[in-house]
Amino acid sequence: MAYTKRLDKRKFDEPREMEAKVGIIPRADGSAMFRMGNTIAYAAVYGPRSMFPRFLQDPQRGTLRCHYNMMPFSSGGERVRPGPSRRSREISMITEKALLPVIDLSHFPNAVVDVFVELPQTDSGTRCAGITAAAMALADAGIVMKDLVSSISVGSIDGQVLVDLTYDEEAYEGVVADIPVAYLPGSEKLTLLQMDGIVAKDILKKAIELGKKTCKDIYELQKNALKEKFKIKGDSK
Amino acid sequence: MNADLKKHVLELLGKDTRLDGRKALDFRKPVEVKVGISKNAEGSCQVTMGETVVMAGIKLAVEKPYPDSPDAGCLMVNAELLPMSNPEFESGPPGIQAIELARLVDRGIRESKIIDMKKLAIIPGEKVWSVMIDVLPINDAGNLFDTAALAALVALKSAVFPKLEEGEVVNYKEKTTKKLPLDLKKDTLSVTVWKIGKHFIVDPITDEEKVMEARITVATLADGNLCALQKGGDTPLTTDEVMKMIDIGIEKTKELRKYLK
Repeated sequence: MAYTKRLDKRKFDEPREMEAKVGIIPRADGSAMFRMGNTIAYAAVYGPRSMFPRFLQDPQRGTLRCHYNMMPFSSGGERVRPGPSRRSREISMITEKALLPVIDLSHFPNAVVDVFVELPQTDSGTRCAGITAAAMALADAGIVMKDLVSSISVGSIDGQVLVDLTYDEEAYEGVVADIPVAYLPGSEKLTLLQMDGIVAKDILKKAIELGKKTCKDIYELQKNALKEKFKIKGDSK
Repeated sequence: MNADLKKHVLELLGKDTRLDGRKALDFRKPVEVKVGISKNAEGSCQVTMGETVVMAGIKLAVEKPYPDSPDAGCLMVNAELLPMSNPEFESGPPGIQAIELARLVDRGIRESKIIDMKKLAIIPGEKVWSVMIDVLPINDAGNLFDTAALAALVALKSAVFPKLEEGEVVNYKEKTTKKLPLDLKKDTLSVTVWKIGKHFIVDPITDEEKVMEARITVATLADGNLCALQKGGDTPLTTDEVMKMIDIGIEKTKELRKYLK
């Protein structure tokens, strides 16, 4: 059966309502929030600071270390047990890989830049929301960056290409593919690509193109949120 | 390193002021209480006090009761000091700081008997509701004890049961309108009173917490009775000091009550 209407009535190329904010965690060196529909990601950046444990220090350049975590009450099902799981560790790793190509840590040997991603409320697309928030937080922290990173999940249901799948869509009875991508809007390259499900090659290509298109819109939101924080305000006192 | 800071804080208190210009017994302003910050939680709340931001969320599950209380539900409070919230917090299993925070919030709620645990039994001896409260600071700028207790209580009051299917399967997708069995006369809030030199303060910021000598967390019921106490810090206290600190705690709790609505 063809998937002709989305469960939440969006158009196939329409992402959920999005919201971006920069500078929400005063103690962090940089921070941001990104929301896509019911998925909310907070990101905080600390560093460059001394790397502990010391055996992880890299005398050539600074290290980027990401920590992805779902809050215990964030999931639509049972409570998520706190602490790292295989899933969260993998997502931390791919978050690192998605962000690393745009940041320059060559001037910070032996140092670490820690990125913490926390999700208080989730409805799929958490790694993408996390990466999008983390990119803004890194920029907010003043880390030297060549580009921002924007991320979204695309996919297909019964051959229909669509963007930003919700949990209900991922669980849809049919042939579903979920493809999170992260995109560098400046250099037009991908830094994250995963896929699970079943998809034909030509549909995959169409889906990635749709992802790029959406990432360009997310990029504008990210830029605006950053500008908003650094806007010179009138005498607000 | 903290010696100069301590001297400075003491000098300021001598002039009845603090690092951020407050008086000794002033809370930071504004205090903001936001309910429903996570739609997936059965209840949730975010409390902002000055720059300190704490989230609390409630999840419910059906579990086997404890053997020593087969006809009562279970309560669990957990706190994670997220490394996101403070550069000094590290990833990993909860340290003693997080455990103390969780236990203090736990005792405030458990000992007040605000939850009618018996009403959480589904089939006594076999199936009961388990209430799990998670407290997570997003930005720790001091006074996690009081903000966490407030966030946990408001989250608890906002919680509703998810749908129970066939008497045992929880359908988290469908929430009912049924609230937890709470006795609202037993609302408990805590205020931590800190001592430095001969001065007492409430709601310290991070720099003040670093130089404090002792503290007492006072959890108070709506009727003014106490339901939990905990002394912390490395300095001993006289009985007079303890009683004075408890008085301050009870008095200041009244001020926080208006945020319960």
